[in-house]
Amino acid sequence: MNTTETLAIPIPEQLDPPAVTGKVDLDLTTVGDFTVPDPRMKIRDVNVFYGQKQAIYDVNLDIGSNAVVAMIGPSGCGKTTLLRCLNRMNDTIDGCRVEGQVEMDGKNVYGRKMDPVLLRARVGMVFQKPNPFPKSIFDNVAYGPRIHGLVRDRTDLEEVVHTSLERAGLLDEVKDRLDQPGTGLSGGQQQRLCIARAIAVSPEVILMDEPCSALDPIATARIEELIGELRKNFSIAIVTHSMQQAARVSQRTAYFHLGYLVEVGSTKDIFTTPKHQLTEEYITGRFG
Amino acid sequence: MSPLVLIFLLLALSSAAYFFSQRRMLRQTRNANVARLNSLPEHFGTLGAIWAGAPALLVYFVWLIFEGDILMAQVLAMLPDPESMAATRELLIGDIRNAINNPMSYQMASEEVRMAADRYHELSQTATLALTATCLSVFAICSALVLKFLTPRVRARVRVEKIIRGFLLLCSTLAIFTTVGIVLSVLFEASRFFQAVSVTEFLFGLEWSPQMAIREDQVGSSGAFGAVPLFAGTLLISFIAMLVAAPIGLMSAIYLSEYAPAKVRTAVKPMLEILAGVPTVVYGFFAAITVGPALRGFGQSVGLDVASESALAAGFVMGVMIIPFVSSISDDVITAVPQAMRDGSLGMGATNSETMRRVILPAALPGIIGGLLLAISRAIGETMIVVMAAGLSANLTANPLEAVTTVTVQIVTLLVGDQEFDSPKTLAAFALGLALFFITLVLNFIALYVVRKYREQYE
Ligand SMILES: Nc1ncnc2c1ncn2[C@@H]1O[C@H](COP(=O)(O)OP(=O)(O)OP(=O)(O)O)[C@@H](O)[C@H]1O
Ligand SMILES: [Mg+2]
Repeated sequence: MNTTETLAIPIPEQLDPPAVTGKVDLDLTTVGDFTVPDPRMKIRDVNVFYGQKQAIYDVNLDIGSNAVVAMIGPSGCGKTTLLRCLNRMNDTIDGCRVEGQVEMDGKNVYGRKMDPVLLRARVGMVFQKPNPFPKSIFDNVAYGPRIHGLVRDRTDLEEVVHTSLERAGLLDEVKDRLDQPGTGLSGGQQQRLCIARAIAVSPEVILMDEPCSALDPIATARIEELIGELRKNFSIAIVTHSMQQAARVSQRTAYFHLGYLVEVGSTKDIFTTPKHQLTEEYITGRFG
Repeated sequence: MSPLVLIFLLLALSSAAYFFSQRRMLRQTRNANVARLNSLPEHFGTLGAIWAGAPALLVYFVWLIFEGDILMAQVLAMLPDPESMAATRELLIGDIRNAINNPMSYQMASEEVRMAADRYHELSQTATLALTATCLSVFAICSALVLKFLTPRVRARVRVEKIIRGFLLLCSTLAIFTTVGIVLSVLFEASRFFQAVSVTEFLFGLEWSPQMAIREDQVGSSGAFGAVPLFAGTLLISFIAMLVAAPIGLMSAIYLSEYAPAKVRTAVKPMLEILAGVPTVVYGFFAAITVGPALRGFGQSVGLDVASESALAAGFVMGVMIIPFVSSISDDVITAVPQAMRDGSLGMGATNSETMRRVILPAALPGIIGGLLLAISRAIGETMIVVMAAGLSANLTANPLEAVTTVTVQIVTLLVGDQEFDSPKTLAAFALGLALFFITLVLNFIALYVVRKYREQYE
């Protein structure tokens, strides 16, 4: 499925070219099959610009139903940027421009008829940095159900809040202080609160931007378990810097480099027999 | 040489001292290991300039401050019969000063005054010469001392830092002393007022008519000093002003910070700032000439009796004046709410207005309240608009269509035209000023406290 056109770009100076190759020009055309048989979302020829600066180059990727796709790559390679294209969060950034097509269930996400508010209710997001609202823990989780009118009464709401906190692995720690501010929690607890907040509205696709970067191994295991559970009903895209995590939770992995999708394939293949030289260097820890 | 030239000369000499000291230090330390000098050559230069120049400059300024009085005393002492020339010494001095500064007055002045003025001129020329000589010799002496004492062993860096710190401290204490001075003078005058009128009468009296009877048999001039109607009027007008300014200012801030495209924002913000720059006296005649009569006309057409100088007109225009103040503070506070909060809310599928209402406003509320309190204290202290549009009669009323008066208006009317501050009438102005000062001070304290409390939330 590779395009015939070969893209050769010089690697900028600040990122030293890998010493092993000694080559300056590298082929950054996507290696591997970016499609899946049952796609929930499709990314086609997407370019993203911040003002004049291009952050994403011609990326094609499918996000499968009931599956987890992991996005890995060195810092600054555009993982967050691509993730934010999927629920149009990039609209909120001044000067950010998205070209190409993103589809959800066959409908163009950037089309005229698409309402970004409804889209974001269906495509939930957990951000890289925990961002609980300066409200109580309860109100944080109840935020989504309230604005979308998902619950009929207080009992329903409490039910939703409790299950969401439970699934995010936070309930035991906070169940006697639900009325205290969410901003008073520890960093890892805040991140789990944000996860609980995101899943409280039962989105169909969940975008997770390094959800575990501030968590200890136990909480991480809990989140990974949650991801495995959520996968039964939802589609998930997760950005992570941990190869082990990508290997544990995802079925497919995409490796990004300087805004290019370099290689994509089943997680097993990527981690055992990477085809692209950059992928191999990244996952073996020689680069990035 | 005029004093102005002299000061430039002194400054030039000081900079010369700077370069000289710097070069000299470099020369003296040429063979030493520069890295082991305790200070940079610039520090030696600065210290040399300060040592050489500061005493001369000090002499210069002290001299200029006292010169006028000393010369005048000499001139007066020389006059043959000062008592016969004018009623009081102050008036005589005033006459002579006029003759000195103003050729017209000189022509019209009496023989003796002209003579005194001429004499003053002569003396001041001599004085300037003496000043020049003194300053230059002080500079010369100090330069010699610099030559002798400014050696590489002097810890110039430490000293320069100390001098700079002292200078900065002086500047900041100046502001404090001014404030303290103002408060003390107001306190002093107000205490004189309270000797004539009791504090309780002032604070709780319901009637305000400060015209004192000069003769026993005068009628209608009881001299009542109950300040309640004034504070009620102030509150009424400030309330109307906030009723206008708070919602409009807040809404425009919300629009500008959250909804407006960058283009609109860059166009509208400067416009709001222009509104903030309109002198209050211009707002004043806008209120008196445009808004007041318009309200009155409108009132007549619907059968309401509106005074041509109404609290409503003054309050409305004052509100318009405060809008940019409220909107710029609110805008700052709203933009200070981290983008991550917006992202979090929008990412959940909330609309812009839901995000605003449920996340941003609650987070920004303490800051906004602080801003509103500051705005209220501005409204309370505002003078020009109410002087021109609110009227002078001290009505105790809650009807915004009637004329009311405010504390600031009364202060102005009490003081205008009077030179002597000894009757309770004029002293009342100071008591009012003190009360006003106290109220705005408390409001500002609360506002600053609230704003600071809010800042801590996101740091
Ligand atoms: N708001 C923005 N304005 C301008 N440039 C941006 C903005 N956000 C990101 N970029 C640039 O886009 C590129 C991709 O950034 P992005 O945040 O997507 O990287 P990332 O892969 O998520 O990195 P990390 O792993 O460190 O989170 C970077 O070069 C970054 O400097
Ligand atoms: Mg990122």
